[in-house]
Amino acid sequence: MADFELNVRQVEGAGVLDVEGYINAVGGDEIASACYKLIDEGILHFVVNLEKCKIVNSMGVSCLIEVIEKVKELKGKVGFCCVTPTMAKTFKIMGLLQASTIFDTEAEALQG
Amino acid sequence: MEEKPKDVDLIIPMIPEMELTATKTAEAVGEFMKLDQDKIEEIKMALIEACINAFEHSKSEDGRVGISFDIGTEELTIQITDRGKGFDMGQAREKLEKRRESGESRRGWGLTIMQELMDDVKVESGETGTCITMTKRR
Repeated sequence: MADFELNVRQVEGAGVLDVEGYINAVGGDEIASACYKLIDEGILHFVVNLEKCKIVNSMGVSCLIEVIEKVKELKGKVGFCCVTPTMAKTFKIMGLLQASTIFDTEAEALQG
Repeated sequence: MEEKPKDVDLIIPMIPEMELTATKTAEAVGEFMKLDQDKIEEIKMALIEACINAFEHSKSEDGRVGISFDIGTEELTIQITDRGKGFDMGQAREKLEKRRESGESRRGWGLTIMQELMDDVKVESGETGTCITMTKRR
């Protein structure tokens, strides 16, 4: 299996997900599960840090979109940081940026 | 003097995550061509989607995808070929539109991503399989 690691932290009331490796359907589902668990704990602000993630596929991005839509329903927000230009382009193509935002840094994403 | 061929050929099995093997080759070819890193990343992303499409939809009995990297002076052309059952582009587009209209957005993004990230994409498909030809210019 491709390398994939997910580290979840809580910072200033937000859930920060440090993603490392390849976000395919499996990785995307793992991110989604982590978010839903945090939602159950009352967290509605998420920052997905992609500094160590350089590769995704459309199935993985679709998982992220589902989570974003759920968070948006609950009046929460999702931000991404440290995104490569190609990933940003892919997010835009798939409409992920209609309901989430890309920031340059984690600090900016936490403030956003 | 006859010019030496500059193509790199790869055959990968249709196993989940084997598309990453193709991206490693794409990275190496892109670096050999001294392409911008952003372009290399776009090529890799498009190639992942092409491979996954073949894995999921081809129903190929031999379970293999052929990938050929043709190194040109000003562009890289990649062909992704399978010996599956082929598909009808018109029907595929219709199916996709219906999915989008019904709000099901999870699937069907592969070709769109390829077309947006590469400079040119051509799809040829028939009873003996499918060949996607993608080009990225410097």
